[in-house]
Amino acid sequence: MTGHRLPAGGHIDRGRPVNFSFDGRSYSGFEGDTLASALIASGVMLLGRSFKYHRPRGILGAGVEEPNALVTANTGNRAEPNSRATDIFITEGLVATSQNRWPSLGFDMGAVTGLIAPFIPAGFYYKTFFGGPRLWLFFEHFIRRAAGLGPAPTRPDPDHYDHRAAFCDVLVVGSGPAGLAAADAACAAGQRVILTEQDRLLGGSLTVDTADISGQPALAWAEAVRARILANSGRVLTRTTATGYYDHDLLTLIERLGEPGQTPSPSTAQRLWRVRAGRVILAPGTIERPLLFTGNDRPGVMLSSAVRRYITRFAAVPGRRAVIAGCTDDMAQTARSLTNAGAKIAARIDTRRGDAILAAHGSPVAAVTARIAGQSRRITCDLVAMSGGFTPSVHLHSQAGGDLAWHDGCGAFVPAASRQSQTTTGSAAGLEGLNAILADGWAKGGGSTETAPRSTTAATGWHGSAPPITPAPKKAFIDFQNDVTAADLDLAWREGYRSVEHLKRYTTLGMATDQGKTSNIAGLLRLSENEARAPAAVGLTTFRPPYVPVTLGVLAGEDGGHHMAPRRRLALHAAHARHAPLWQPLGYWHRPRAYPRAGETLHSAALREARAVRTTLGLTDVSTLAKFDISGPDAAAFLEIVCATTIGKLAIGRGRYTFMLREDSMVADDGTVWRLAENRFLLTSSTGGADRMDAHLAYVRDILAPRLRVAIINVQEHWAAFAIAGPAARTTVETLTGAAAPRHMGAAPTNVAGVPGWLLAASYSGERAFELYFPANGIAPVWDAFETATLAQGGALYGLEALELLRIEKGHIVIGAEASGRTTPHDIGLSKMLRSGGFVGAPALGRPALQAPDRQMLVGLEAESPIPEGAMLVTAKGNAPQGYVTSAGSRVLGTGGIALALLERGMARADETLIASSPTRGLAVPVRVTAPVFHDAAGDRYRD
Amino acid sequence: MLLITCPHCGPRAQAEFTFERPVETIVAIDASTANLVEKLYTRTNPRGASVELWRHARGCRAWLRIERNTVTHVIAATSLWATDT
Repeated sequence: MTGHRLPAGGHIDRGRPVNFSFDGRSYSGFEGDTLASALIASGVMLLGRSFKYHRPRGILGAGVEEPNALVTANTGNRAEPNSRATDIFITEGLVATSQNRWPSLGFDMGAVTGLIAPFIPAGFYYKTFFGGPRLWLFFEHFIRRAAGLGPAPTRPDPDHYDHRAAFCDVLVVGSGPAGLAAADAACAAGQRVILTEQDRLLGGSLTVDTADISGQPALAWAEAVRARILANSGRVLTRTTATGYYDHDLLTLIERLGEPGQTPSPSTAQRLWRVRAGRVILAPGTIERPLLFTGNDRPGVMLSSAVRRYITRFAAVPGRRAVIAGCTDDMAQTARSLTNAGAKIAARIDTRRGDAILAAHGSPVAAVTARIAGQSRRITCDLVAMSGGFTPSVHLHSQAGGDLAWHDGCGAFVPAASRQSQTTTGSAAGLEGLNAILADGWAKGGGSTETAPRSTTAATGWHGSAPPITPAPKKAFIDFQNDVTAADLDLAWREGYRSVEHLKRYTTLGMATDQGKTSNIAGLLRLSENEARAPAAVGLTTFRPPYVPVTLGVLAGEDGGHHMAPRRRLALHAAHARHAPLWQPLGYWHRPRAYPRAGETLHSAALREARAVRTTLGLTDVSTLAKFDISGPDAAAFLEIVCATTIGKLAIGRGRYTFMLREDSMVADDGTVWRLAENRFLLTSSTGGADRMDAHLAYVRDILAPRLRVAIINVQEHWAAFAIAGPAARTTVETLTGAAAPRHMGAAPTNVAGVPGWLLAASYSGERAFELYFPANGIAPVWDAFETATLAQGGALYGLEALELLRIEKGHIVIGAEASGRTTPHDIGLSKMLRSGGFVGAPALGRPALQAPDRQMLVGLEAESPIPEGAMLVTAKGNAPQGYVTSAGSRVLGTGGIALALLERGMARADETLIASSPTRGLAVPVRVTAPVFHDAAGDRYRD
Repeated sequence: MLLITCPHCGPRAQAEFTFERPVETIVAIDASTANLVEKLYTRTNPRGASVELWRHARGCRAWLRIERNTVTHVIAATSLWATDT
């Protein structure tokens, strides 16, 4: 309990205390505190347990790089797991809880896994999986309990998220001295600027180390820059992190309008910006690296710059007796801050002189063993401030395709050549010294050297002149969040994982939610030592967006829940709703699936509806079919390119079944085509393929056959349609239209209740049937007349489920089941209708493999009991599958299961008995191979 | 997301466009089987320069010929599709 608050100082508002709780205990901080700074000021050192070994962990850093201090912010459906305590500004009533511990943070049963750490080596998962399923099943039980971060909320998120698009001349990422200077210069040149800063305050490092710039205190200068950007129609977005850099200078920004766990007011919690920038100036700064020594993960061991940040920014001092160790000049500034804050410096260990920390002891840390001037010493302390060098944040530059170059001063990579319009400035570019950074930012923003902002404050460098000491102790942690030690990396290397990308996946180095922000370079250095190659030659793993973890809510934005997809309602929606049907989504459409009466199940309702069609009369809505009005002198020629069947010979007033192929000759879609006039056709095709067909028709017309004189109108939503089917269909239609109905596959204009439309004699159900097309806004009275007539004759409305039973019994294929995308016309019994050529897909029909006799082809199946859909067809249990059930149903009037299937050699195996096996459902049904038509094979029931 | 300059509509986000195919994979209706196999299945598909057919499907619906680098995504040229291209 050595952390404490200074009586004065810091960018916190002492007039506004903020109450919050952590693990059930109440604490108080101030407005402007992060959860981490408030806990440090309250003397809390232990914040969580590590992922794999459940080691006690405290706070390592002071920003988004934090690997250890992950908490769940708030509870219930606003809980935000895995939030970095260093990146949450506390709000009144915040409830934060530690994660990954049981039963309590102080005493954790899982910590015993630390004792069996030797049995969870690098590549544990790989090895266990390859060890056979039993071994994995044994371990899985324990691992699922022990490993893992905070649980996700199980109820819907009540908050709102939105998306905005923006563009600008210059996007500046980061508002440290470099970013501010760049934004200011661009602004002075009259350019529209968007400046983003992930902190609440502008200034970056200037919020930690005081300085004067252009004759003002640095933060006053920062505010003046803000005012100039705003006055110039620009935007300044604080609490906003640039998370991704995509093609053509598109960046995503996540703006926090509320803090994690806070009830946002107004109700938008976060906003996703998509910014298209003319050019991008990256000034994201650097991230300090840990040193490698045994126990470098213990609570109380912190990054040096983070210690200083807590003291000067938040007036929160993490300890009273500090050891400062590392290889950078920046340590001196931390030492000064600690001294000014009244803390004692127990030792300064400069690894550049050969001194080193060997181990840290205690939890929280109580002492270190160090080697100073060749002598091993034990030093008591309650804080270790370590500085293993500064890693430039090259993430966005790399995401944008930029190259990296090794920088000896940083001991890390810095941005090199850019691929897009990005340039990097400030410490992220490897620069040091405030004036050098200001000058470079100003120049990158477009300002001339003479006018650059300057500071009279003595600027110290921060670079180390040597990388961290090596070799590191085996038990030193490299990746804190995933518990990867130096020993793990060494083991992986000995096992042959030499590529940095393989090493990452095998050891999980850098794969935690912090994406290795503090561990990347240390891991790389270890590999390069093992490989005896220069770090630059070993290279880094790929940087991918997002830079920080992003909530799924903000990615979804307003497009969640019922806004996720549009719901398209039938023109006759209200007419169906009167009968309270079960609705079925079909693409964006919602169609009646069945109209169950009291006590009926889906299946019994569908069977009743289908029986009505077979015995008397049924009425169903078919409005969702794709429909195209195709006209012009070359309309027939055009359709003969699109369709694989004959079109040109069709007489006026006649229609026929047709189908279309993909270029690889697989059946793409099917429907009907009707010649309404000499040069005008109506083409229908499947509901699900409507948009695809629309695009395909345009491709054929504009690209493949641009000289044809043809016009295409998508009339899918212009025409609403229904089908009336059954033995009483003809008399009913003739009564209601007052005219003789056309014979099968005939089309005629019609008029019902004063509404003009088309009457098409087509049967999908296998009974005498007609489809009636009327304008969507006029069909309701027509439907009402037909519904009344149907019900009066003992008929029924029927939905998709009955339609399915009827078409399976009749052996009609559907797109997606029998036309699976892997079946040719030959495979599914359509080859008799094929023309010889001249249509899309014709060239590929000649491929030899498509004529192979052992291809899977359409057959029917029958059985005593229901046949499981999707089941594989085998000759005996354990044999290789020879086909599968594409659609299964039952006889509408008879009994027993029937199905359509694709089977090797198809109808050559008629009468053979097979097993329809579905191991996932524990079903194995004996089936007999039959012709794929179970009802009225000759078509006597509807032909004239 | 690419920024595509439609000759009719100016610079627009990729979301407004649909990619149809590389121009060299357009298969003529009367192509031979061998020609189709070469275009669809055995083409070289090199890294780098690619001449492609796109459509401003959620815009003016024009067909576009776009020269795009498949490695860098740099668009070297965008023009209206000409029938004789």
